[in-house]
Amino acid sequence: MMKNGEGALMRRITEVSFALDELRLFLDTHPDCTEALNAFAIKEEKREQLLDEYARKYGGVEGYRPGTENGWEWNAAPMPWKKEANG
Amino acid sequence: MWEYEKRLQYPVNIKRPDAKAAKIIISQYGGPDGELGASLRYLSQRFAMPNDRVAGLLTDIGTEELAHLEIIGAILYQLTSDLTPEQIIKEGFDTYFVDHTLGVYPQAASGVPYTAAFMQSKGDPIADLVEDMAAEQKARVTYDNILNLVDDPDIIDPIRYLREREIVHFQRFGEALGMVRDDLNSKNYYAYNPAFKKQ
Repeated sequence: MMKNGEGALMRRITEVSFALDELRLFLDTHPDCTEALNAFAIKEEKREQLLDEYARKYGGVEGYRPGTENGWEWNAAPMPWKKEANG
Repeated sequence: MWEYEKRLQYPVNIKRPDAKAAKIIISQYGGPDGELGASLRYLSQRFAMPNDRVAGLLTDIGTEELAHLEIIGAILYQLTSDLTPEQIIKEGFDTYFVDHTLGVYPQAASGVPYTAAFMQSKGDPIADLVEDMAAEQKARVTYDNILNLVDDPDIIDPIRYLREREIVHFQRFGEALGMVRDDLNSKNYYAYNPAFKKQ
């Protein structure tokens, strides 16, 4: 099962990452749109904060930043397709 | 190269096993208009794409399609992992089970295994982008068809999300086609492939 608060924090990571996914594709065909560019920068910073918080509390999400302070936890928790990782 | 992120792009939380739904939805894993074909199509086409911004768009959409493949895989896994032998027989999953047990295998709902013959990488930016726009529409229709056949809200929610992404990708590919058209000299527009410069 997910730890207390883990699901809510992952939901916020999912939301902010999706905003970036959408803005990335939009900017690919609208590279001069300053509104989208500014929105990307804001969401990018927010995502970094959330990923840092998640890594500190529950372990790393990114393959290049799995976290090594508590040993090798990268592949210890259930993978994201498991029900336990989505509940 | 790619870096894996240990999360789904959109959450999947299915409580009720449903082999009949899995038999249909598997087409978006390895079927003719599925997510595996979508990712391979864009990630293959990008190499010969002369417009750098469009090659980048193909990379980004192809990457997102890999995340969609993972979402479909998660749906299939959660729909089938708790099936009983009785359900497998009653819901007609036995013909799949005999070959794959509960493993996730890329095939169409009809049982045809994934084949690269489902897609094309033509090496011509106009031909490829028009194929990509058609592919997004075909995938959107497949999701519409799935939505007509399933009634579990836990399945409908991520399927609706994936359907909406097809519409956004269609829009972006349409804009990319405009960018490639702008690159071409209007005088010999139909006479020349900008990815193969033999003039």
